[in-house]
Amino acid sequence: MSSPQSPSPHRWFNALRRTERSSSGELLIGINMSGKTRVCYSCQRNGRLTCRRTRLGEPCLKTYPLECEGLLRRARVTFQAGHTLKESFRVAQLEAVVRMLEEHECDFVDALGKDLHKPRFEAVVSELILVKNEALYAINNLKKWMQPQHVERNLSTTLDECLMVSEPLGVVFIVGTWCSPVETCLVPLVGAIAAGNCAIISPSECTAHTAELLHRLIPFYLDNECFHVILAGTREVVELKFDHVFFTGNRSEGTRIAQAAARTLTPVTLILGGKNPCYVDQDCDIATTAQRIAWARFHNAGQSLVAPFYILCHTTVTARLVQALKCCLMQFYGSDPRESSSYGRMVNLDIFNRTKDMLWKSGKVAVGGQVIEAEKYIAPTILTEVTESNPIMQQDIFGPVLPVLTVNNVDEAIAFINKQEKPLCVYAYSSNNKVITRLMSETSSGSFCSNDSILQSLMVALPFGGVGASGMGSYHGRYSFDTFSHRKSCLLRSTRFECVTYLRYPPYEDHNLSLMTWASTLSQKSQGWCHIL
Amino acid sequence: MSREQLAVQRARKSFQTGKSKPLEYRIHQLKSLLRFITERRRDIADAVKKDLGKSANGTELFETLGLEGEIKLAIEKLAEWAAPRPVEKNLLTITDEVYVQPEPLGVVLIIGAWNYPWSVTLQPLVAAIAAGNAAIIKPSEVSSNSSKVMEELLPQYLDKDLFPVVTGGVSETQELLKQKFDHVFYTGSSTVGRIVMEAAARHLTPVTLELGGKSPCYIDKNCDISMACRRITWGKFVNCGQTCIAPDFVLCEPSIQSRVVEEIKKCIKEFYTENPETFEDYGRIINQHHFKRLMGLMEGSTVAVGGGSDESQCYIAPTVLQDVTGESKVMKEEIFGPLLPIITVSGVDEAIQFINEREKPLVLYVFSNDNKLIKRVIAETSSGALLANDCLVHFTVSALPFGGVGNSGMGCYHGLHGFNQLSHLRSCLIKQLNMEAFNNMRYPPHTDKKLGWARFFLLKQLNVGRLRRMALLAALAGLAAFVVQDSRISWRCWDERKIANDTGRSVWVEVCTEDRKARQSCFCIWRNIQQL
Repeated sequence: MSSPQSPSPHRWFNALRRTERSSSGELLIGINMSGKTRVCYSCQRNGRLTCRRTRLGEPCLKTYPLECEGLLRRARVTFQAGHTLKESFRVAQLEAVVRMLEEHECDFVDALGKDLHKPRFEAVVSELILVKNEALYAINNLKKWMQPQHVERNLSTTLDECLMVSEPLGVVFIVGTWCSPVETCLVPLVGAIAAGNCAIISPSECTAHTAELLHRLIPFYLDNECFHVILAGTREVVELKFDHVFFTGNRSEGTRIAQAAARTLTPVTLILGGKNPCYVDQDCDIATTAQRIAWARFHNAGQSLVAPFYILCHTTVTARLVQALKCCLMQFYGSDPRESSSYGRMVNLDIFNRTKDMLWKSGKVAVGGQVIEAEKYIAPTILTEVTESNPIMQQDIFGPVLPVLTVNNVDEAIAFINKQEKPLCVYAYSSNNKVITRLMSETSSGSFCSNDSILQSLMVALPFGGVGASGMGSYHGRYSFDTFSHRKSCLLRSTRFECVTYLRYPPYEDHNLSLMTWASTLSQKSQGWCHIL
Repeated sequence: MSREQLAVQRARKSFQTGKSKPLEYRIHQLKSLLRFITERRRDIADAVKKDLGKSANGTELFETLGLEGEIKLAIEKLAEWAAPRPVEKNLLTITDEVYVQPEPLGVVLIIGAWNYPWSVTLQPLVAAIAAGNAAIIKPSEVSSNSSKVMEELLPQYLDKDLFPVVTGGVSETQELLKQKFDHVFYTGSSTVGRIVMEAAARHLTPVTLELGGKSPCYIDKNCDISMACRRITWGKFVNCGQTCIAPDFVLCEPSIQSRVVEEIKKCIKEFYTENPETFEDYGRIINQHHFKRLMGLMEGSTVAVGGGSDESQCYIAPTVLQDVTGESKVMKEEIFGPLLPIITVSGVDEAIQFINEREKPLVLYVFSNDNKLIKRVIAETSSGALLANDCLVHFTVSALPFGGVGNSGMGCYHGLHGFNQLSHLRSCLIKQLNMEAFNNMRYPPHTDKKLGWARFFLLKQLNVGRLRRMALLAALAGLAAFVVQDSRISWRCWDERKIANDTGRSVWVEVCTEDRKARQSCFCIWRNIQQL
């Protein structure tokens, strides 16, 4: 495989796919007949002489720390030259992101299909459209966001200018997760671009195809000096000095990232999965509720940070709910979900095995329970008679397993939720507004959604992020922009009226102080306080 | 169980009862805090006098006045801050309630600094109370008198369980940091900041770090130098230079260096008299350790003003060092004392370069009459804050966020910003269990038709810019066609040129309502045709 001949990404990409299809392995990797080493594209781009593909056909997945340092240096130099400051540059890059998603929709769907067996619908709706929305929202609002915000003035600053200027942080590091590999890499990237940063993106190793696709496509659409995709090696890279680290993933990894970032005094945003509770009240439409929950839990084979992880169901409706969920699953995926094109697979054997073990050790299987290791398939499973001490309630589950716990009333549900670590989302289903309000005000979580699931995490206008054990910081829309910007407060004073400031200079005299105290109380009455200081 | 552990546990238990949440309770606590400051003014001033040698008036001016303002602002605005903040809806959520609700985080640890022992410890506390949190207050052990007074008196005014004061040195702080908090608010140095952040990361606790840094101060030659120096002198030597936002060094052109030195000398004399050592409004260095460090920093630089010292009372005179370079010892670390080095640069370009080569400072000062130059400095440098033509006062503007960036810290506080910092902004989406038909498109089995609908409903974010351009283009094309057609008529009958003009004008009138750009280009087309 040779280096790209044509500068057009479209043509080159098609050519690449042809080679990949036609060659039966040897052509692509490793050593050819003459014994000379052939180099795959990602290695070539990183300036390596030998290819690091491990086995036939597997993508070359490693960017070494030294190369990362080089990339970081390149990004930093470009950032310092101020290329990213211009609005036109940012808009062009954002438009390129949109273009990339539009032109390569099929490739993304393909890659996600290979990695997660993600149905086309889910790939498009929950990943691509989400990013596109985010990018377009940023394009439309960028001008407004970039403008300095004037803050209200007070007595002493009436003659001055008080404003907040958003300035980019520098080079940011974005670490994605495998649950939704495109979304978790590109949505933060949109924020980073909009705020004028350079970015190094590290997609999850588990979803190799998507990672390699991003690694291949991004250089063709985005600026080659500012934005880099690295493959693997997150562990070492995070030790380098970035200006912000944005991490999506699990808690233990998140803790490690936060500690590494602390050593270099780098601010972090962590979006961590937790066990999202879902309360179902006795007073609600069970059929609708079941449909909404089943959809939220079993899309992408349950591999989602925001899906409801367990149901806290009122005793009186448990049986009906389980029955309704069963019907929904039948309706969604047919009698054998394995055959359904709308049902995904587990990302790798490790997670498959963990989910399987937990499934078998907890509660009673009401629906599903079938596993096929060769396909990494776990049927949509509903567990009943689960107790708090079961392994499934102790660990984070990223699989299509939905434990149903029973509670006797709302108080018990609230107590149960508050006993656990703070989750990313709390869901509540009830027709009774009082119940909803109680759950909302008496529990704490990253976000709250009543009578539906997941939707709150898709909205550009709402901040999405965790609190406590489910992370820190938030993103989406304006909040992404703020996350990746520093709001510099600027006070531009005029040099006139020095006579007003004489009060503050030493020697401090009693009458100066009383004058200032008086002025201060005066302006407190007229809202805001005085700063003759 | 250690004292620290016990305090945290009690605070958490107390927080979990939910008593800190009601707005009336928060306002009541804020009012008590205000009462504490007004009633115990004497005790506070005495403690600060013992710690830093500040005069009573100075203490009131720099510590409590700002604090009182902050509390009063919080009391007044709390209802507004804590209210749900609605956000714009999209097609899918048009019938629902969508808002952002600020909610308390839990137990906050506030670690204060010694340079303004009251202001930097209690201001975050104001934000913590306002946001409905419990808070452990850890005043700096270096300013021991203030910390003792705080420990004794504050519990008499605030809730003992929710807002305990824990005093102690390094080991106590370490013990505290082992506990799990929901937020840590630290004011102090970068080195300790790193340790605090690392300890917090173990529990996944978010931090706000208010660190220092070498804040540059650029004096342009095009400015009122005497006034600039007056303000710099005030900002630098207040509290004996031990202010995190004090200008650390001055950058100016060689041509004005001697004038700057002269003016500062004059101001020092005016503010602190001929002999600052005996003048009551001039402070002292906090301890022997810092005194020795500062004396060491002076090595290798030319003293232009001051330079005197007295180890027994930790006194260092207001000192100006001139002809300092970036490599001098005094430029290697944050000074935090009454030494003001002056560095000469050839102009604003070199100044910007000099600033950008170093870590991001907490604040950047610019003195100039030229607004363009100020705007340029804003755009080309990065710092926590930027203040033009004055020193320190941005700290007192509650509407401006106060905080650093990069090495000078993260997060910000003051007024609403402090409230937001110590709250969790929880996004809430309140839907009803109806309109299920609308949701059908998202449920499996997935079909192409469903995907089409989903695309329609989800992708409502149109690229307005591109759309506008396209509309413009279409309008232009239509107009051009129209005009060309008209002009064809005019070509056909040269002698009836006047009519063509009239039609042309009528086109122009029509276009008036269009975008200005379109109007201009259309006008151009019309003019070109005229010239034909």
